[in-house]
Amino acid sequence: MPGTVQSIERAAAVLRLLAHSPRPLGVVEIANALSLPKGTAHGIIRTLHNVGFVAQDQRSGRYRLGRDLLQLHDPPLDHNELRARALNWTDTLASRTGEAVRIGVLTAPLEVTIVHHVFRPDDSVQVMEVGKVLPAHACALGKAVLAYHPDSSTVLREATLEEFTARTVTSGRSLLGQLSTVRERGWASDVEELTSGEAGIAVPIRDHGGTVVASVGITGSPQTVCDGGRNPRPRLAARVLEISRAITGELAIRRE
Amino acid sequence: MTRASYVAAIDQGTTSTRCILFDHAGRLVSVAQREHRQFFPRPGWVEHDAVEIWRNVERVVPQAVAQARAEPDQIAAIGIANQRETSVLWERRTGRPVRNAITWQDTRTAAIVDQLSAEGGPDRFRHRSGLPLMTYFSGARIRWMLDRDPVLREQAERGEVLFGTMETWLIWNLTGGPEGGLHITDVTNASRTMLMDIHRLTWDDELLEAFTVPRGMLPQIRSNVEVFGTATSVLPGVPIGAALGDQQAALFGQTCFSAGEAKCTYGTGAFLLLNTGADPVHSSHGLVSTVGYKVGAEDPVYALEGSIAVTGSLVQWLRDRLGIISSAPEIETLAREVDDNGGCYIVPAFSGLFAPHWHSEARGLIIGLTSYITKAHLARAILEATAWQTREVVDAMNADSGLALKGLKVDGGMTSDHLLMQTIADVLDVPVERPMVSETVSLGAAYAAGLAVGFWPELKGLRRHWHRAARWLPEMEPARREREYGNWRRAVERTYDWLQHDEDGPGT
Repeated sequence: MPGTVQSIERAAAVLRLLAHSPRPLGVVEIANALSLPKGTAHGIIRTLHNVGFVAQDQRSGRYRLGRDLLQLHDPPLDHNELRARALNWTDTLASRTGEAVRIGVLTAPLEVTIVHHVFRPDDSVQVMEVGKVLPAHACALGKAVLAYHPDSSTVLREATLEEFTARTVTSGRSLLGQLSTVRERGWASDVEELTSGEAGIAVPIRDHGGTVVASVGITGSPQTVCDGGRNPRPRLAARVLEISRAITGELAIRRE
Repeated sequence: MTRASYVAAIDQGTTSTRCILFDHAGRLVSVAQREHRQFFPRPGWVEHDAVEIWRNVERVVPQAVAQARAEPDQIAAIGIANQRETSVLWERRTGRPVRNAITWQDTRTAAIVDQLSAEGGPDRFRHRSGLPLMTYFSGARIRWMLDRDPVLREQAERGEVLFGTMETWLIWNLTGGPEGGLHITDVTNASRTMLMDIHRLTWDDELLEAFTVPRGMLPQIRSNVEVFGTATSVLPGVPIGAALGDQQAALFGQTCFSAGEAKCTYGTGAFLLLNTGADPVHSSHGLVSTVGYKVGAEDPVYALEGSIAVTGSLVQWLRDRLGIISSAPEIETLAREVDDNGGCYIVPAFSGLFAPHWHSEARGLIIGLTSYITKAHLARAILEATAWQTREVVDAMNADSGLALKGLKVDGGMTSDHLLMQTIADVLDVPVERPMVSETVSLGAAYAAGLAVGFWPELKGLRRHWHRAARWLPEMEPARREREYGNWRRAVERTYDWLQHDEDGPGT
């Protein structure tokens, strides 16, 4: 068993100290109370402040517990709020790529629910897909969230997955391999794995703390989404990445 | 201007001020936003701090430019869209507002409006101004402020105190403020003061006299699309190419350039505007005649408007005043916990009822309460209130125009609420469509400013940027629609005649 990490133990001690103090504390007070060098205490407090677990009193400069720590137990991001926050950026993504845009959230171990859908900007007749449930293993939107979900390796290790087309990945083990590629390059894709004639690229959306809460992606025909070798175009992936960063930024503003 | 890549739109709205940069294809590139405080000093009074709003403009514009990683010289023009009818008076010499701005939702001018109505009927100025006598419009606000302070009235007569709606206030500050700031308004904002002749597009002596407003305090009326001047602060050197009232800006942003085209914007309130072409159409069903837009020296385009005072602000009330939800979009999550309203109806006559009823004395109600009702039913009733108010305005518009609306183009923040959009499609029994840019207020201001400086060559080409982003089709059974509409109308009737005449008392 690996040893313990001293700085985390010290950070926990700082949090306990602040939790039990009736008033905000200064760096020297914290250092003295825990017998830490002032520089060490300061480093720990700055780090905790950066992640939102400690807040600084504006007037006195002293520290108390941060709102994020108190909200650790709060319910996850509301799906309708996510849509409202993302609306401007998903419109921009659709008009820049010429493809339909969707946002998905994992609502069961292997199910992704569409919470937002922007039509392909060609004014053709399209059906609103919000509320539709997709098999997570067979679409880019699903893979982009599965790749970062703590339960994925347990759920997928021995799983046999439903086949939708000849290209669906049906072995959990192979899918885990794909998910590690997703983590390396930062985006997921599927080419006719769920529906023939349809390809997609998707990227995770993170909340202010860095947790993946959803994914955003484009879907279109393999002719437009992929290059001649049926590989998704990196240029389009870059567009999706850019928009997911904007949405992540928008979710961070919510905290202010 | 070879480097010009973007147009900056400033949307000075009821709850926040936004700056959005758009590129040549009309795509949103960056957005910065800041909310301002709402003051409710008495029931029915709603105020804003104009200085706070100007400071917010000074902040959000550079933020939006930085977010796009752009330099100020890449901005081709600034376009302004603003909350309409909100009125501010300030000192020409110092630039200081004499008091908080009185917003369009404020009903303190009820006594003035009642008195003028008693003398000649609520429609006595309709032919000249296009508007019925209501607390909604600005003219009576100026009179209210001047009536309270003889010194202020003298200063206004000498032109030492200036009047403006928010675009006037912002342009004056953008172009130097006390040091040579331009004191101008545009035809759309001026058409909401009740002081302008809607046919001639000039301040009207008879109306000025009725509201006892000195001419010297009023801004010069200009078109919507022309270079008014160059900004000396915020984005120094960038031309200011457009100003429009927010709802007219949305009409422009939705590219409703032909007679018969309509849009409905869902924000704090909701506003359905129908382009009626070269002539103002006088409504006999409770709509308002207004200037749609005027491009430079061209003839104006008019619009019929159905104004609904309270839609998004009802959701904010649920959030801020009742604390039942923690963010506005959560209302959809809450409302979906139940399948219907449980028999409960909410009529949000917070500022009286606007179109098509125009009952200043009405106040809001919740009716149909039983032990069965939960907060989820209330959430549904709140969303349905927006849908039924839209239905009433659409019915009035159909009656005035003699044509039946075949579909509704929507925009604004509330279009992210799918339950609401579906409900609107259900109660109107027509498809509801959202365009690719739901920030059409800003887009319209950007289009207008871009046209003024040649960033876009002509009006018609802008239509190519319009694309459908979402569409909701009606699903409600006709029998249920009729039953629910009947219930809604009975609830509306029960809001009438609530307020008694007691101008400054606690119950007003």
